[in-house]
Amino acid sequence: MRTFFILFRREIASTFHQPTAYVVLFFFLVVTGFNFHAGVSLLNNTSGSTTMVEAFFNTVYFWIPFLLAFPLITMRVFAEESKSGTIETLMTAPVRDSQVVLAKYGGALFFHFVLWLPSLLYFISFQFITGIQAAGAIGSYLGAYFILMLMGMLYTGIGCLASALTDNQIVAAVISCTAIMVLFFIGLLSFFIPAAGPLMQQVIYYFSPLEHMMDFSRGLFDTRPIVFYLSTSALMLFVTYHVFQYRRWKP
Amino acid sequence: MVKVEKLSKKYGSTTAVDGIDFEVQKGEIVGFLGPNGAGKSTTMKMLAGFLPPTSGSAVVAGFNVFEESLRAREHIGYMPENVPLYGDMRVNEFLRYRAALKGVPGRRLRERIGDVLELCGLEDVEKKIISRLSKGYRQRVGLADAMVHEPDLLILDEPTIGLDPNQIRLVRDLIRNLRRHHTILLSTHILPEVEMLCSRVIIINKGRIEALDTPQNLRTRLGQSALIHLDAKVPDTRSALRDLQKLVGVESVTTRTDGDWTIFNIKANAGADPRENLYNHAVENKWPVRELSRPPVSLEQVFAEVTNREEA
Repeated sequence: MRTFFILFRREIASTFHQPTAYVVLFFFLVVTGFNFHAGVSLLNNTSGSTTMVEAFFNTVYFWIPFLLAFPLITMRVFAEESKSGTIETLMTAPVRDSQVVLAKYGGALFFHFVLWLPSLLYFISFQFITGIQAAGAIGSYLGAYFILMLMGMLYTGIGCLASALTDNQIVAAVISCTAIMVLFFIGLLSFFIPAAGPLMQQVIYYFSPLEHMMDFSRGLFDTRPIVFYLSTSALMLFVTYHVFQYRRWKP
Repeated sequence: MVKVEKLSKKYGSTTAVDGIDFEVQKGEIVGFLGPNGAGKSTTMKMLAGFLPPTSGSAVVAGFNVFEESLRAREHIGYMPENVPLYGDMRVNEFLRYRAALKGVPGRRLRERIGDVLELCGLEDVEKKIISRLSKGYRQRVGLADAMVHEPDLLILDEPTIGLDPNQIRLVRDLIRNLRRHHTILLSTHILPEVEMLCSRVIIINKGRIEALDTPQNLRTRLGQSALIHLDAKVPDTRSALRDLQKLVGVESVTTRTDGDWTIFNIKANAGADPRENLYNHAVENKWPVRELSRPPVSLEQVFAEVTNREEA
């Protein structure tokens, strides 16, 4: 456990030691800030039961930075070390492969968490200034941030796997970006082909981050997406672990 | 300390290391010598637990490197070729991280880091960011990292490559001082380095061990048919040549002249040392002698001989 925390701390330090982190953080704040502004104007111009939290998490301005952040966060985790050769010193220290994989994954997930933390401030200031509740109930917050983390777990896993596959950070970013986009657009299929039938829609619901976010940001906890994200994240980690081992131990 | 048996490594269809066996005793400095691509780095990577072998075994400090990898790695300090380091960290930060990772207990961290900083002459740059350090300092940071957890065995892959002569001397002195506490396995293709540092040499070529001995023995093994220089003033070169060839222990003689002097290059019979006979002969004939010597066979000749044997 001590080894894991040493590696985990190193991951976080290395993330914040490089300018990419601050560039991502900056643009992220700009885009989410704009997204919040768009949400407020939407609420101003429409009447209905939509809450601020729902308006914030279900726009295209939310999805674009959300999805694009993952390749940027995760592209370097393995690729950088294998490129620079530090993987050799790392893996000849008495550390387990699983500890390294988990620490790198955990470090990337932690950055995702840091990325979304400031958005809570938006809702707090919204309530403070307008005096209107930003969400219907506390469950709305819990649901939105819970599914945000769950989706983050899967996408971070995809990103880590892509980074473990190659020594080239750009290639890693392209692979993970493509995979995440494919997954996202599969979820959109039900909007494009409404005539596909109820079965198709049900199947697609399992994949659709849009639908999941819509439910959870209303405070509706559905166990199906929870199981989906937990199991696929575990699968990604498992595959990453084996790819990481294989690339070194290949015959 | 190290026991390697039938260690092999294949990359696809090419064999990088082909069934090598050797042993290293505690306190030895063993040099791995060989041309580029001979399998030095691959062998070291396997010993350090980074690469798995295709077959064979290696035991370090009583632990099998491949079956009890974690335990074995605790006893090994490895410095890869080109010394990869985390450029974003400060020297002391980096050493602290590495020491903790390698299991140095928290209460001993400060002491160990102080020790290696002093030993490697890094006190001046302790707070500098690694990416801004010169090559020589980076090399020393790599060494400090390799020994920060007091490993029994240090594996150093080309520790002096790319350094200027002063830095090379510093690193060499450092390695020599480490002999007291560590067993060292180092690879190089700088031959004088091996003669200066190592108690034994392993010459490896095309994945096989071609020779394994002390530098002195390797030299004498080839020194058997050594050349002897005799530089004398003789009245008649041709008759002197004839006389010399008749002496005991002389195989053949060639000459060249240098003004009044004649330089005889005398090839001795295997195992013989005809220098005494040559001296007596010169005295008998009252030749003034300027030089009578047997230049030592350098390891360079040994190396060339051993690694080119197949082509020859």
